Amino acid sequence: MKKLPDGRWIDEAPWSDDANLSALERSDMDAPNWVLVWRKFKRHKLGLISGIFLLLSYLMLPVAGFIAPYTPNERSADYLYAPPQSINLWHEGEFVGPFVYPTTATADLVNYRWTYETDTSRPMPLLFFCEGERYNLFGFIPSDTHLFCAPEGATVFLWGSDRLGRDVFSRILYGAQLSLTVGLIGITVSFALGIFFGSVAGYFGGRTDWAINRVIEILRSLPELPLWLALSAAVPSNWGPVAVFFIISIILGILDWPGLARAVRSKFLSLREEEYVRAAEMMGAKPGRVIRRHLLPNFMSHLIASATLSIPAMILGETALSFLGLGLRAPAVSWGVMLNDAQNLASIEIYPWTAIPMLPIIFVVLAFNFLGDGLRASLDPYKT
Amino acid sequence: MSTPLLDVRNLSIGFGTADPVVRDVSFSVMPGETLALVGESGSGKTITCRSVLRILPDAARISGGEINFDCKGTQIDLLTLPERGMRRIRGNQIAMIFQEPMRSLSPLHRLGDQVSEVLRLHRDMPMREARRTVLETFERVGFPDPGRVWQSYPFEMSGGMRQRAMIAMAMVARPELLIADEPTTALDVTTQAQVLGLIKDLQKDTGMAVILVTHDLGVVANMAESVVVMNKGRVMERGPADVVLGAPAHGYTQKLFAAAPMIPEVAAPARAAPHDDLILDMRKVTKTYTMRAGGWSAPKVVTACHRVDLELQRGKTLAVVGESGSGKTTCARIALGAELPDRGSEVLFRAAADSKPLRVDAMSQSERVAFQRQAQMVFQDPYSSLSPRMRIQQALTEPMEIHNIGSRKDRREKAAEMLRWVGLDPSMLSRYPHAFSGGQRQRLSIARALTLDPVLLVCDEPTSALDVSVQEQILTLLEDIRDGMGLSYLFISHDLAVVARIADEVAVMRQGVVVEQAPPDTLFYNPRHPYTRALIAAQPEPDLNRPIDLSLVARGAGSPSTWPEAYRFEGVDAPALTELEPGHKVRCHV
Repeated sequence: MKKLPDGRWIDEAPWSDDANLSALERSDMDAPNWVLVWRKFKRHKLGLISGIFLLLSYLMLPVAGFIAPYTPNERSADYLYAPPQSINLWHEGEFVGPFVYPTTATADLVNYRWTYETDTSRPMPLLFFCEGERYNLFGFIPSDTHLFCAPEGATVFLWGSDRLGRDVFSRILYGAQLSLTVGLIGITVSFALGIFFGSVAGYFGGRTDWAINRVIEILRSLPELPLWLALSAAVPSNWGPVAVFFIISIILGILDWPGLARAVRSKFLSLREEEYVRAAEMMGAKPGRVIRRHLLPNFMSHLIASATLSIPAMILGETALSFLGLGLRAPAVSWGVMLNDAQNLASIEIYPWTAIPMLPIIFVVLAFNFLGDGLRASLDPYKT
Repeated sequence: MSTPLLDVRNLSIGFGTADPVVRDVSFSVMPGETLALVGESGSGKTITCRSVLRILPDAARISGGEINFDCKGTQIDLLTLPERGMRRIRGNQIAMIFQEPMRSLSPLHRLGDQVSEVLRLHRDMPMREARRTVLETFERVGFPDPGRVWQSYPFEMSGGMRQRAMIAMAMVARPELLIADEPTTALDVTTQAQVLGLIKDLQKDTGMAVILVTHDLGVVANMAESVVVMNKGRVMERGPADVVLGAPAHGYTQKLFAAAPMIPEVAAPARAAPHDDLILDMRKVTKTYTMRAGGWSAPKVVTACHRVDLELQRGKTLAVVGESGSGKTTCARIALGAELPDRGSEVLFRAAADSKPLRVDAMSQSERVAFQRQAQMVFQDPYSSLSPRMRIQQALTEPMEIHNIGSRKDRREKAAEMLRWVGLDPSMLSRYPHAFSGGQRQRLSIARALTLDPVLLVCDEPTSALDVSVQEQILTLLEDIRDGMGLSYLFISHDLAVVARIADEVAVMRQGVVVEQAPPDTLFYNPRHPYTRALIAAQPEPDLNRPIDLSLVARGAGSPSTWPEAYRFEGVDAPALTELEPGHKVRCHV
């Protein structure tokens, strides 16, 4: 700064007024929406970790049979209610590689329970890429190779076994196949219905809007559990597990759409006021085109976030239904079906590991919530 | 030399690791003085004034400098003062007024409670006394019935009234320094004049110092004793107002001056413009909205515009000027067929001089499609008028896709040509709109409106969201395009000074009726209607010798029932528009 004689200060740095009209002002913003969202999402650590966890979980589903040492309904009749076993590496100070100690069951006829004794003198190394029961890789490639299995004469129940001597760990992996996908199918149904009714209500307004809103309110006022009861009771009991599974997820979707429809409708109403939508209308774009080209792309990311937040509800819904014995039924395996087995308080008290299927439910639901939260936080990448 | 009240020295503020947004800023404010911080968006003026009260965003880091405040003889560095001490200063010795009166008052509290809270916090005043002081302040800021204001909620008040309440809140503790961050930018021009006058009066009474943050050199000329001009976080020029405004020395200040819109001094009225080849002819256009009050109360009828006659000559610009709620945007929407006027109204559009007139208010589907190719609109907000998900190319080719014009290649070429028309480089086609500044985006939306080769362009406040220097460029661009392509504009604006340069004819609207209509030169030479006079008088000019005449503003800015006898009316029962001289119509009783 330089002081001039008339008392003013003036900046001395050379100044020129030759702004390039086509220069990018914010070159960091010059990218498609998903890149901007990703940049912002990366900074949301909890969301990112949850996202990776969920991605791995879903990638695991088609190869669950390979990872699991047992198949879901494979019984080890000598090992009912076996406690979780640990995989060890060192035996008496010596490196052996991954191994288990064999266990033997004895019936405690005084307390009326199974007790297990571990024989810590004989380390039995695990087998890798070994042959076991047959299963279908990706649902259709028959295979009998497992990642690891127990050596002859021993068992590998990482999280114990249940009342029929089935491996809880393997069953959780198989159960994930149904429990995790029920949410996806349900959300697809709910998405389709929600977007359709929400955008119809939001775009046309008036009587249509009124009618749809009343339907939503009625649907939301129905008590959930009795409704599930009624709908599941309508499923014929002679249907196979897969058919029941589809029906259950569709039922969940049908009951879930009102929430999404409301979200769509309110987003629609606010986006309609944006000037680019008005501009499109004035250029002569028809309602369908305005919805498809201008409105949907701009609220799709919001929808994805709200869908992510409603998948947990679906997973919990399936669990609740199956827990009550109304959803999936054995021999299908889902987390809810497994918890159904753990309904007996006495057995949880004696064999607490039968309640382990709660853990994956908690983790998956939390992860979906964190992911949805992270997505929602990064949806508006245009602010600052 | 006495000690300054506030002394800012070498202040630098940055966000994270990026380049500082405020660099090495120094200025000082004397007791009782008004200092104006002038700059365009992104100049760092708001960050600077907020740092005085330490109400910066969380991410901001003050990287250097000091802010010394003279607190009854002792110097305090506001940057190092503990939070407790800072709280004692905020609202008590330094008060602030924000830009948006709609959002800076809590909607759940009565105004009396909000304003008296300051006294309870800082003065520990008993309720009775606080109430008395607040009522006095309400009266001082110009509320006719302070008792009612005490009882009312912010949403019951208009923008100007809320800003008065904000000022009352800032003034009630008699601060030594008032920081006003664009206090009048969101207000209508006549309200702005009155609020500025109020701040000036209060300052005279209490002897407080004022830091006025603004982008408007006209406001500076009317208010400030010293000026700090900022650009990109740095001070370009600072000094006494008469020196800086009288003869700007820095190139940037000169540029701001050149761009500031002014109402020209006119020596003679213009001749009446011919009205023989009308492209748009709006006859007796009335639009009323029925507000369903719900429940049992009767529906309420609101008149947006009443028997408006507008005639737009081909190749010319007709400007409709008015404050918020005057019905000017409704007129624009009716002109484009986006809204249907009430029965008895007629909107005629002639695409070419010899073509059959089209009834815009009663178009068939196919007529509408054809009409949309010929009449397009430019919107106000450059940030919301382009879809963030579409590349520039998609946005520009979309109108042609809708109307099925040309092949993909043709459309692309047309889009590139349009970019050149608006002064941009065709390489921008693959970019996204968010990478661009407000001015560039406004050019893009103009380009989009032009892709269909329209003959009529309706511009709805196309420059009011832009900085003055950009506004200037956009106006020039619009003029060039009009003359180059032979377009006709219906130009909606709230700013007479903007209209002064672009319009061939101006219609001034107030409460849904046109009160005066004439070519701009006639209008500025001989404004007849008190409201037009108020508008002209309220326009802040960057000229120290032309201060705002508040008495003229007060005479015309009130509701139509307070106007002089010859112009007075109630509701929509207005006198007829009378042609006083050729081409000059005024709504008055003759």
